[in-house]
Amino acid sequence: MAEIKILKNIMDENLSQAALNRQWFRSRKILALNLIASPGAGKTTFLEQTIKGLFPKYKLAVIEGDITGDHDARRIESLGVPVVQINTEGGCHLDAHMIDSVLSSLDLDGLKYLFIENVGNLVCPAEFDLGEELKVVVLSTPEGHDKPAKYPLIFSEAQAVIINKTDLLQAVDFDIEKAEHDIRRLNPNVPIFRLSCKTGDGLDKWLEWLGTQGTGNGI
Amino acid sequence: MHELAITQSLFKIVLEQAQKAGAVKVSRINLKIGRLTGYVPEAVEMNFNLLASGTIAEGAGLKIEWVPVKVLCRECQKESEQQDLGLGCSLCGSINVQIAGGREMYIDSMEVDNG
Repeated sequence: MAEIKILKNIMDENLSQAALNRQWFRSRKILALNLIASPGAGKTTFLEQTIKGLFPKYKLAVIEGDITGDHDARRIESLGVPVVQINTEGGCHLDAHMIDSVLSSLDLDGLKYLFIENVGNLVCPAEFDLGEELKVVVLSTPEGHDKPAKYPLIFSEAQAVIINKTDLLQAVDFDIEKAEHDIRRLNPNVPIFRLSCKTGDGLDKWLEWLGTQGTGNGI
Repeated sequence: MHELAITQSLFKIVLEQAQKAGAVKVSRINLKIGRLTGYVPEAVEMNFNLLASGTIAEGAGLKIEWVPVKVLCRECQKESEQQDLGLGCSLCGSINVQIAGGREMYIDSMEVDNG
């Protein structure tokens, strides 16, 4: 019996592909965003509203990740934006190889933004780097203000946090100050946007911030 | 559910390294896993047993050494271990911290039989 030293990161394979994806996006000056949220947080509606604020002024594309079906992809397509669907067939997250495998099917010429809508889940997507520039977490008020405390990794990794469905604040038991306090404990400088995709309230601030992103990386 | 993806990567590394070392049997795999990861030991073990069945890693045990969450405080410049995820610096109380440990997910070593 012998003990052999390995010292290898189990996530190495995904990390290497993510690094290639990142390099690829940066060399083409594409800002890639990985949208992560629980099921029902309003991720697709948030994406639709964001697209309406940017398109057609900017060229953009969407990668839709779902366990099965193309319901969300059809919603995005109806806005006139190119979209490619990835079905994970039971998998709870997208990974860097899945992203690489669909890039060739997108028209990337002159693309400014690539939105990747991850599978609805706050746990597993946090472990898999896709090569994105920004991880954006969408939290909605009906989910409860305890989510940052219960799912610390994804909130500590995020480059922006959206608190969606603020129009429901009167109807649900959601302490927005507590949620923001917990997010800041995990990620002190992360920008937090309170908004309602239904009323449009607060979306302008998010879009304004998004417009300032990417310049530091030559994007 | 992401344990399947993690286990597939783990299994691939185990087989590659075992072959490189000329092993005929892998009996134990020593892992270092951070407390901040979503690693669920039972799920990984179940997947591993399925993948390893009929290979030189069949029956190998997965031993986990849990790595605590550590933060580096940007205020007092010191590193401290955290009992409660998401708390700030346990030394000065500042919330201006960055994660310095607890995200590890790697294979430390393997115990193999070289025949």
